[in-house]
Amino acid sequence: MSNDILVFAEQRNDTVHPAALQLVTPARALAQKTGGKVIACLIGDAINAAADAVDQTGVDQIICVSDPALAHYSALRYRTALAAVMEKVAPKITLAVASFMGRDLVPRVALRTKAASAVDVVDIQIDESGAVDVTRPLYNGKASCHVDFAAGRPVIVSVRANTFAAPTGGGGAPRESLAFQPAPGDDRITVKEVARTGGEVKDVTEADIIVAGGRALKSEDNFKILYDLAKVLDAAVGASRAACDAGYQPHSRQVGLTGKTVTPKLYLAFGISGAIQHLAGMRGSKTIVAVNTDPEAPLFKVADYGIVGDLFKVVPAFTEAVRQLK
Amino acid sequence: MKILVVFKQVPDSTTTIKIRPDGADIDRTGVKFDLNPFDEFAIEQAVQLKEKRSDVESVTALTVGPAHATESLRKALAVGADQGIHLQDDAFGQLDELQTAALIGAVVKDGGYDLILTGKQEIDLDSGQLGPALAECLDLPHIGAVVKLEVAADGKSFVAHRRIEGAEEIVAVPLPALITADKGLCEMRYPSLPNLMKAKRKPVETIAAAGVAGFPALTADVGGMKLHRFQPPPERPPGRIIAGEPEEAVKELVRLLREEAKAL
Repeated sequence: MSNDILVFAEQRNDTVHPAALQLVTPARALAQKTGGKVIACLIGDAINAAADAVDQTGVDQIICVSDPALAHYSALRYRTALAAVMEKVAPKITLAVASFMGRDLVPRVALRTKAASAVDVVDIQIDESGAVDVTRPLYNGKASCHVDFAAGRPVIVSVRANTFAAPTGGGGAPRESLAFQPAPGDDRITVKEVARTGGEVKDVTEADIIVAGGRALKSEDNFKILYDLAKVLDAAVGASRAACDAGYQPHSRQVGLTGKTVTPKLYLAFGISGAIQHLAGMRGSKTIVAVNTDPEAPLFKVADYGIVGDLFKVVPAFTEAVRQLK
Repeated sequence: MKILVVFKQVPDSTTTIKIRPDGADIDRTGVKFDLNPFDEFAIEQAVQLKEKRSDVESVTALTVGPAHATESLRKALAVGADQGIHLQDDAFGQLDELQTAALIGAVVKDGGYDLILTGKQEIDLDSGQLGPALAECLDLPHIGAVVKLEVAADGKSFVAHRRIEGAEEIVAVPLPALITADKGLCEMRYPSLPNLMKAKRKPVETIAAAGVAGFPALTADVGGMKLHRFQPPPERPPGRIIAGEPEEAVKELVRLLREEAKAL
């Protein structure tokens, strides 16, 4: 095992996942403790622009596994490719994003490389003896715990998005290519189509700002005011389970326990009371704003800022105020 | 076609989570347990396949858990699974998710299962590692976070719709394979009282550590992660209610978001 820290810099269509750049911050802090390098690895097909973006974060080295067979994510091909990079680098710690891809991939790669793994971590430390200690939320955010790992075993973790800020000021890291060598049976997953959902509006899992509405919106039509606000903020539109079950929004926009878990920089909740299942999906957001006519709404308890008032007056005023900033 | 559904019994989502004074775990006294909601989607999908197709031989529901997991197993059987496997031993409670996958893999590898379904994530540990890890142990392809599943007429392959950031991927995979279920795949029906009674007569095989060939050696090289020092979630600083008429309140909110929170 080397002292190096490996960052799996997830990309799709030559665009790096924003949270993958954030991984370089904890990776650098860990490498300073271990005395090793920060090595980024990209897997895909034609991934130069994504590699350039990663280079800007100041990594020490970049390894690209580029092959037409890797154009789309496949749990089989990607686990083979990432395991091959891990075998070559033998990193003490590998970091991935706790995205769909990261969460899908990490357990398979961990088994393949005989590594220990943890998911959705929000802090990661290493002490002088080389023992790794991570912190992660669980029980849908109702508790948090520390995780330790079997001594002498490599560790691979996925890190919650927006936990760290991405570093800047790099460039010129040496690049290396590693040829993709598929394992037998790796061709069993075929991606036939990737269909964009939600039209031009961002998905809640890919936006820095989320504008979410609850049943108090009263209809699908009324959600339009949230879409107007989302447009000026370059935000995604989310909804509570109650609003989705009522048919105001598709379930793909549901935030919560059985919907999507989100950790944006700003979460704006309009007319969402804040059932425990909804809080489970958004309480990790950096800044939370609640607007509700009911001052007792549970969401006010986790909100940084609240307005007790009518969302149908607040939302248009907010949209106008943001417009004037630009 | 033989179908296996792997599920977990978890604290009910509305349960208040208290931490044990020693921080080694949550306090489980008085906690209400139920089927993991994502596993419910998997169970319902398996049962629907059996109802709609003539080539589904059996649906087996498997869980690893303490004695009280039997209640959830009975619910899975009441909903329509044909038989159950309950892996129950204190030693199994010490395993991490990867080791649990290795254990399940050892138990089911010769079972001839064509399709394995489980939930995308368990709502207690929130890890979602079990499905992909089990697929790796069995050298199967897996598709995670499936919201739509169409098994081909010949029963040899399927097309799955998988939810990723901002898009849906449509993926084709030959059987045998594993999928993890996301919200939207299907909602589990309510188990009726007569079916809950009938479920008591369905066969359940309970397997302890001694009944698993190669255990615990088969977990020796696997995973090795331990949760400890449980604590309540970090407190959020108390929020601020901004008073005033909507227009003034919004102005102040925008100012705070820009200058204080630096979120705009």
